[in-house]
Amino acid sequence: MMTRVSSIELDHTDRTIINALQGGFPISAHPYAEVAIDLGIGEEELIARLKRLLDDGVLSRFGPMYHAERLGGGLTLAAMKVPDGEFDQVNEAVNAFPEVAHNYARDHDFNMWFVLATETPERIEETLAEIEAATGHKVYNMPKSQEFFIGLRLEL
Amino acid sequence: MSHTPVIDDIDRAIIHATQAGLPLSHSPYEEVAAEVGVSADEVMQRMGRMLESGVIRRIGAVPNHYALGFRGNGMTVWDVDEAHADELGRAVGQLDFVSHAYLRPRHVPEWNYNLFAMAHGRDRDEVIAKADIIRALLGEHCRAGEILFSTRILKKTGLRLVA
Repeated sequence: MMTRVSSIELDHTDRTIINALQGGFPISAHPYAEVAIDLGIGEEELIARLKRLLDDGVLSRFGPMYHAERLGGGLTLAAMKVPDGEFDQVNEAVNAFPEVAHNYARDHDFNMWFVLATETPERIEETLAEIEAATGHKVYNMPKSQEFFIGLRLEL
Repeated sequence: MSHTPVIDDIDRAIIHATQAGLPLSHSPYEEVAAEVGVSADEVMQRMGRMLESGVIRRIGAVPNHYALGFRGNGMTVWDVDEAHADELGRAVGQLDFVSHAYLRPRHVPEWNYNLFAMAHGRDRDEVIAKADIIRALLGEHCRAGEILFSTRILKKTGLRLVA
């Protein structure tokens, strides 16, 4: 696993902020001030801490999370069974498609898993066919039929 | 599947201004409004509406699992009875170590799993223990399951929602 082994020190206030802000954030004139009151800290401290948490990479982002398909585009998860000897070249061919947003290697016969995001829903099928043509391997389309999205709450 | 709510150009401009994040300032929505060229009230109304219609899932912090020490991430996949898939998916999605749960089509006979749940833990052992919890929850309606650990991130550009 290629992970940056970092030990980021979080104090009690950082943890409280992260736990609280995974749940939601107000839409109001001065939302940070509102949240800060609930957390028992000042608005400036909350903003400074959020900045630091983002700079340090503890938070990958802060703000609205949009629902891609409801914006009119296409989205799917696709998987391939790539023979070991061809993995790198298939990876290169797959990644060359701008529609491929994420791609993960996984330890399974189905060893390559990627998310396709396209401007229109119709482009999904076309892109899958193009990837099959470019790689010579079958692409298994696994679009979600139902989603149960509660969101991860990491209790820190 | 729910129908697609209508997004107009102002909504798209708001999405464009906030897809990387909300400004960290005393009046963040006012800053967005200044960029979009409408009033802060209008931005707040529209974002409220997008939240209600599900265009915005939620507003908040997205923790980086790896940086927080959650280095074990497993895609758990399960072969569950179609008749119970919906209720089981909902139950699994509510577990606090599960970030997403989905029903997806099978590709029989090579791929028989229809329920996917991303499970997070501090290491692989913790993810395995959590998969056991999911397995127990699924009970008699589950025929088989596996955990697919990611071994490498091959590409991660993120979704660019609007250009």
